[in-house]
Amino acid sequence: MDYFLTEEQQMIVDIASQVTDERIIPQRAELDENHTFPREILNEMAQADLFGIPIPEAYGGFGGGCMDIVLAVEQIGRGDVAVGTAFAANFLGSFPIMLSGSEEQKNKYLPEVASGRKFAAFGLTEANAGSDASGIQTTAVLDGDEWVINGTKQWITNGGEADIYSVVAITDRARGPRGASIFILEKGDPGFTFGPKEKKMGIRASSTTELIFKDCRIPKDRIVGRAGTGFITVMKTLDISRPGIASLAVGLAQGALDEAVPYAKQRRQFGKPIIAFQAVQHLLADMAIGIESSRALVYATARHIDAHPKNVSRVSAMCKTCATDMAMKVTTDAVQVMGGYGYMCDYPVEKMMRDAKILQIYEGSNQIQRNVIGQELNREYS
Amino acid sequence: MKIIVCIKQVPDVTEVHLDPETNTMTREGVSAIMNPYDQHALEEAVRLREKLGGGEVTALTMGPPQAEGMLRDAVALGADRVVLVSDRAFAGSDTWATSYTLEHAINALGGADLILCGKQAIDGDTAQVGPGMAARLGIPFVTCVQKVREVDESRLVVERMMDDGYDVLAVKLPALLTVVKNINEPRVPSLKGKMKAKKVEIERLNAETIAAKADCIGLPGSPTQVAKVFAPEARGKRIELQGTLEEQLAQLAVKLVELARGQEVR
Repeated sequence: MDYFLTEEQQMIVDIASQVTDERIIPQRAELDENHTFPREILNEMAQADLFGIPIPEAYGGFGGGCMDIVLAVEQIGRGDVAVGTAFAANFLGSFPIMLSGSEEQKNKYLPEVASGRKFAAFGLTEANAGSDASGIQTTAVLDGDEWVINGTKQWITNGGEADIYSVVAITDRARGPRGASIFILEKGDPGFTFGPKEKKMGIRASSTTELIFKDCRIPKDRIVGRAGTGFITVMKTLDISRPGIASLAVGLAQGALDEAVPYAKQRRQFGKPIIAFQAVQHLLADMAIGIESSRALVYATARHIDAHPKNVSRVSAMCKTCATDMAMKVTTDAVQVMGGYGYMCDYPVEKMMRDAKILQIYEGSNQIQRNVIGQELNREYS
Repeated sequence: MKIIVCIKQVPDVTEVHLDPETNTMTREGVSAIMNPYDQHALEEAVRLREKLGGGEVTALTMGPPQAEGMLRDAVALGADRVVLVSDRAFAGSDTWATSYTLEHAINALGGADLILCGKQAIDGDTAQVGPGMAARLGIPFVTCVQKVREVDESRLVVERMMDDGYDVLAVKLPALLTVVKNINEPRVPSLKGKMKAKKVEIERLNAETIAAKADCIGLPGSPTQVAKVFAPEARGKRIELQGTLEEQLAQLAVKLVELARGQEVR
């Protein structure tokens, strides 16, 4: 379908798709099996300027919007959601700086992210603060010219691999969510260490670790925005990052369809290719319907966000939920179409099915997304 | 360092087939690509520029105006300048006339410290134009380079791929190298490169601006005459040998002797 992309957007699609076809797809099974962080592929993507897509031109980026991001991420997701997650986490980690950082912080960090010389990460989740972000235990206390940070972040994408971390900590517990602030942590800051790499069901090539802060002292100017504004920045960050997760889902589902259809054409049973059977055709048709409708919603949402409306929480939540639930179903059905072969690790669809699950969970579980949508509906019809 | 990379637009051989009636290549609907070996030459030029922290990479092609698209791709992949040498008078050039033309184009551009070419083009497969140019320019050349080990402003140390290993050669600049595919992995084009490629000005040279003699270019300047092009008939005769390996080898020896004597092999 023609989505009327600009010439620049088509360039982004072409570049990202070339990276996926030439670099990611040939390596993904091995990266998954060995839990290898795809640093070489990410460096290649950085060299192709993909890391600079959302970074303003003044800081060495391309100055693109949400639509430009989703186009790139969709193509990478078609190859490997693990690589896509490691890639997209850079944006998640740098959005707080872009949205609320000082001029000095932007000048210092954004060109490094845009060029891919440094990777970024986002640290919000803790053992007791997942869906309920108000349960954050990590604290930051001002001591002279330094902030002293204590606490542990859990399941942080790009943990140990990234150089720049946007970390949420409580600066004033009495004020609840209005007592949260964001800090920029650098790998190597004294008192900042990492837990071991987690073993996961899917997206195994991406790195997921704890961030451990023990009397970690950082300069006073590492706070992003004013103290107490952290939660607002977090919400804004997630609003603009969720379409990225949705586009990973669209790409992943497309990748699964791209495996299932050629298989169904070539696999013969009862004297016919199995695509000749309606039972199989209908599965494939439903997969295609799901992918195209999700893609349309993701693109529409991304373009809506790029028009800078006041509130994007609901549409952002809708596209994340719709596309990621779709990807879970489509990848499951791709395994079904391919039967026993699909279940074997020799074919890529079992990995795709494992990878799909996380999309329904991270960056706000789909249940939390429905809460957001439901609450907004309740408000709208009041 | 001034580096010139010679690149050629070729039909995508995965899409080409011979017309059995006319015995010519059917080029209709076949997309044109940058000769794969030349992509590696361009990548090496860009890497050398990056390694030396400066210099200029010029991509040079001789071909019809349609080759502009490939030159823009070369910019997206890192070339600083692109030059198209194009003239109706060049039509029908063989490797001799092509070497002559490119030598004149390189001189018209003021020469280079290093000239890089692919080992050969995948359409003609001659591997003659690179060495031909070097001979005309009077500079040393190394073919089938698989690695540039050392580089400075006056010399290179390179590895030349051989059937049974490789040679290590030091070569004074200016020089010409032809490269094989395992020298590097060409990069994916960059977004900024693609934007630059859209706007880049393609420099143009023709027979007059390179001061080429009319009897040295195109068909008149080409000593090679193609007598006949044909696809060998598929013969399909197959003999299967049976038995242990020793028995099969004995049967094979008998059949080879029969063949050498001009007897019909059954």
